Amino acid sequence: MAGPSHLPLGAMSVLAWRNLWRNHRRTVIMLLAIAIGVWAMIFMTALMRGMVDQMIKDGIDALPGLVQVHHPDFRDDPSIDHRIPEPGPQLRKDLEASGVTGWTARVRVPAMISSERNSRGVTLLGVDPRGEIALGFDPESIVEGRFLESRDDNGLVVGRKLLERLETRLGKRVVVMSQDPENNIADRGFRVVGVYRAKLSGLEESFVYGGLETVQALLGVPGEVSEIAITGEDYRQVDPLYRQVSGVFGTDPEILQWTELDTYLGMMLKMMDGFVLVWLVVIFLALSFGLVNTLMMAVFERVREIGLMQALGMKPSTILYQILLESLMLLALGLLIGNILAIATILPVRDGIDISSVAEGMEMMGVSSVLYPALKLKDLLMANAVVIVLGILTSLMPAWRASQYRPVEAIAKT
Amino acid sequence: MAEIKCVELCKNYQQGDAVIKALDHVTLEIRQGSFMCLSGPSGSGKTTLLNMIGGLDELDSGAISIDGERVDQLGKSALADLRLHHIGFVFQAYNLIPVLTARENVEFVMQVQGVPPGERKRKAMDILREVGLEGMEHRRPAELSGGQQQRVAVARAIVSQPKLVLADEPTANLDSHSAAHLMQLFCELNQAHGVTFLISTHDERVMRYAKRLIRMQDGKVIDDREQVPS
Repeated sequence: MAGPSHLPLGAMSVLAWRNLWRNHRRTVIMLLAIAIGVWAMIFMTALMRGMVDQMIKDGIDALPGLVQVHHPDFRDDPSIDHRIPEPGPQLRKDLEASGVTGWTARVRVPAMISSERNSRGVTLLGVDPRGEIALGFDPESIVEGRFLESRDDNGLVVGRKLLERLETRLGKRVVVMSQDPENNIADRGFRVVGVYRAKLSGLEESFVYGGLETVQALLGVPGEVSEIAITGEDYRQVDPLYRQVSGVFGTDPEILQWTELDTYLGMMLKMMDGFVLVWLVVIFLALSFGLVNTLMMAVFERVREIGLMQALGMKPSTILYQILLESLMLLALGLLIGNILAIATILPVRDGIDISSVAEGMEMMGVSSVLYPALKLKDLLMANAVVIVLGILTSLMPAWRASQYRPVEAIAKT
Repeated sequence: MAEIKCVELCKNYQQGDAVIKALDHVTLEIRQGSFMCLSGPSGSGKTTLLNMIGGLDELDSGAISIDGERVDQLGKSALADLRLHHIGFVFQAYNLIPVLTARENVEFVMQVQGVPPGERKRKAMDILREVGLEGMEHRRPAELSGGQQQRVAVARAIVSQPKLVLADEPTANLDSHSAAHLMQLFCELNQAHGVTFLISTHDERVMRYAKRLIRMQDGKVIDDREQVPS
């Protein structure tokens, strides 16, 4: 009495497809619900991902670099006391051979800047302009004047907001005051040669840029720096870069990844994947009620037919697969429409969505005024996988019920 | 081939507080190649007996065996296999799959049996021609009359030449001409291929085709006799 006793997939597919369209209206409504749900999953995830990416990139640009090398005590006390030697020729060679895409050495000390009207506490950065640009400083962000031209440039570049606070302007002189390693006051006058604009206005008030050698001379630390910042290709792939840099510098200085330098940003990256998954599942849960209802109705309407199929020799497992296949088709079609819809709405805005009208509040969270939706294959696949996997799991209940009908009772249903 | 033995079959249904005895110690033996009718008033147990033999319902007690195999002890999957390969059903209401065409309905069982597509199509077309539905193979059930639907159901039941055909009031919704044609088809299959037919009916005209007539009442067999078909 043995035999194949299962419906071939082709025949099951034909049956499933036709069953799906027995009630056009219900199927269309369910398809729309799935498509819109999938669109919301992908579009909103792209927006969130873009926002967080931008926050992280801006944060890394402000650090700057993916990996930083410091004196072991610098993070606890970021003063000039905790400095390290500037990389010598061999170290520079090793750094360049290690595959980093850019690096720079900087002096970074707390300082007081005074104009003729106001004073503010700032962080004075002594930088090599070329290295700084390699690490992400955008020359286009200079809104007045110029950026530093050399390591021994005597000018000072300040943020737009700071300039307002100091009530001074481009070309005026300001005095920068800090402490040298002997705890003596080190001060000198600088001419403001450039004004920069930052994506986050808070940064404009915090950092002032001077030439590296000029600042080293001011503090009396020639050939020494506070930090060496190194950048790589992808902020998500920082471990290989970290290992390479550790190999170059050894164990003496403290070498930290950006996730440790700014734990808030690091935490945000870690949380984002989990948050995306929760978001996808929440949207799906709303969808699942409709899906279960649709399948339940489809099953209840066909109890007699299901009984007939059993009477004709279809096994309960085949009935189960049949209903699951219908669900799979519904989900796949909804996913197809939802994916197309999402891609079609994300692509036109990939160059950025200007949210400047609400950006002031957003800046407090470190979000810039232009959002760049980031459609990642990983998110697309996750959204599709969540819908398919949870959709099939949700469909198991109606499918199981259908497979468990007693043929004699099912056939007798009117 | 299709030697059926029913021993002391009992089946009760609960209806409110009352217990309905659908089968009350029914014992009968059906030889291979039989052509027999079950008759009796509504509620006499005819359909229940057919359902039990076909493994569509569960006994309260008793035993049913087909070719020595205990049907009442088989699991759901094994019962499905039994029905698929050895039993053809014709129900009172046409019971076609509405989303399939006439030919696809006829092919359905063969598809599940794994018959190759070419052979399946040829057999389906042959049987549809035999039941007078040539040219209607692409119609869906909703586009066929009641009689035509019943003929599709019969074609589906017999196309793979099962050992046993269980037909529950197969002519109830047919006009006399269609009913006579259907019964002649059953007789031909019975004579040519030795297919065992067990038909439940109220229709005296159908009973005349039977070689053996069993009368049931209140779940019991009250008469069981051979007859010469007329």
